[in-house]
Order: sequence, then structure tokens, then C-alpha cells
Amino acid sequence: MAIGLGHYLTVGAILFTLGVFGIFINRKNVIIILMSIELILLAVNINLVAFSFYLNDLAGQIFALFILTVAAAEAAIGLAILVVFFRNRGSIAVEDINMMKG
Amino acid sequence: MVLTTFFFYLFAAITVASAFLVIAARNPVHSVLFLILAFFNSAGLFMLVGAEFLAMLLIVVYVGAVAVLFLFVVMMLDVDFAELRQGFLQYLPIGALVAVILVLELALVLGASVLDADVAMETGMPMPPLDEISNIEAIGLVLYTDYVYFFQAAGLVLLVAMVGAIVLTLRHREGVKRQDIVAQVNRTPEAAMEVVKVKSGQGL
Repeated sequence: MAIGLGHYLTVGAILFTLGVFGIFINRKNVIIILMSIELILLAVNINLVAFSFYLNDLAGQIFALFILTVAAAEAAIGLAILVVFFRNRGSIAVEDINMMKG
Repeated sequence: MVLTTFFFYLFAAITVASAFLVIAARNPVHSVLFLILAFFNSAGLFMLVGAEFLAMLLIVVYVGAVAVLFLFVVMMLDVDFAELRQGFLQYLPIGALVAVILVLELALVLGASVLDADVAMETGMPMPPLDEISNIEAIGLVLYTDYVYFFQAAGLVLLVAMVGAIVLTLRHREGVKRQDIVAQVNRTPEAAMEVVKVKSGQGL
């Protein structure tokens, strides 16, 4: 059986769902939540690359490149905020992040 | 063809399994290591569809930079992760419900959609055949011409992220000896030295 677009989209869908599921079950741990966001972005990248191949369009790979850039920037800023927060409060539990009373 | 199918299922299975272990592992260090495994196998999936440059980029950027950054932060923070795992089972039912609904919706959408042959032909950036021109060369040919402004914007995003991360984490600690360049430059021989005439046979 040849591998088609549907196979790749299925892998992307499962990865995306696992990312969302990870945010739900690890509600207290910010680090795991950040890793789940990385998984979601990876699922998006798999979808874009698969569409790029099966539609024979290079734009998908260019777009995946930019998503990679934004994901790297997001991880760097998120972890920097996490480190500063831990330095100030001594905890990274999500329920302790309520100083702004938003 | 058989080999491609085999490797697709191999890479896909390991990617999904390690993605599950990322969110289910007890130890966050193990989570990061499984995240690295997931990235490596997704790079394999990218190779199967001919996206060689993106596969290498995934390994260099994600595994080499992002995952190692995660590893540093996990090991640097002195947090009781067992305490953070409490309530894990409490959110499991609602999380599983949302996940099942989401995957059903995605399956319905994906199952119903059929790729229109006319749409597939009308591409903006037609990909040249891989035996004629390599993937990285093809990307370079459009990235620096058609997408040059986006490329510059991506560089700007990375610059802002770098400056932001440095500004956030930089702190001046009190009581640490460090170089004071203004004081060094303003030093004069008059202030630094004292000439004393010592009588012979006597101390100061």
C-alpha cells in the first residue's frame, strides 16, 4: 500500500491531539505545557511538508521554515520568562502564577 | 516502495509513541529526551517526502537548540516535579474527552476531503524534480527572491527574541567584584601613586 497524503495528515492529527491532551493533563507543570506546544507546532510542520510534497508546491516548506523560526523564538522567550518567574517566586506551578490577577 | 512504506510506519509509530511519552513521563528530563526522539523521527518523515533541508533544520534547530534549552531549564530549576504531577488523574477524563472529540473531528475532516486534481496543478511555487535540482537549492532559489521580506522578518523575530531573553534573564548581583571601566579610565598617576622619601637607616 502506497503512502499517501492521508497517512501524513493522520500522523499530524494524532500529534496535534497528543499536544492538546498534554496541556490538559499536565495543568500544573509549565515546562511540559511548553513541550506540548512544541509538539503541536511539529504536527503543523508535518502537515505543511506533506501538503508541499503531494501538491508539488515548495511554498509549504518555506512556510514550515518560518514556523520553525517562530517556534524557536517562542521557546527561548517562554523559558526565559519561566527562569525569571522561578527566581522571583521559587515555584513554577501554574496556580501560583496569579500575581497579575488577570 | 515497500521500503518507503516500512520506514513511514516505523518513523510514524516512534514519533507518536514518544510524543505520548513526552506528556506521560514522570520525570521531565525523560520528557525532554522523548521530545528529542520525536523530533528525530519527524526528521525521518520529512526525509521520506524529500524535504531534506527541513529535516536537517529540525535536527539542528529543534534538537540542537530548543530541546537542549529545555534540558538546561529542567535541570537548572530546583522544583519538586512529583508535587506538580498531583491532579494528573483529576484532569484525565476531561482531557481524554476533548482529545477523543478532537481526533474524531480531524478524522472526519480528513476522511471527507479529497484532493482536487485541478487544485493540485495550480501551485504557486512548483517544486522542481529532485534529480534535477536539490531540495536545498530549490528552497534557496525562492527563499532569497520571492520570500526575501519574510526571511528578513524571521531574522528580526529571532533578534527580538534574543534581546528579550537576555534582558529578561540578566541581573546585576550585589557584592560581586566586576570590572569598572569608568574608574579604570579615570585613574591618574597622581591618584594611584604616592612618592615617599625614606631616610636611610629608618623605616617609614
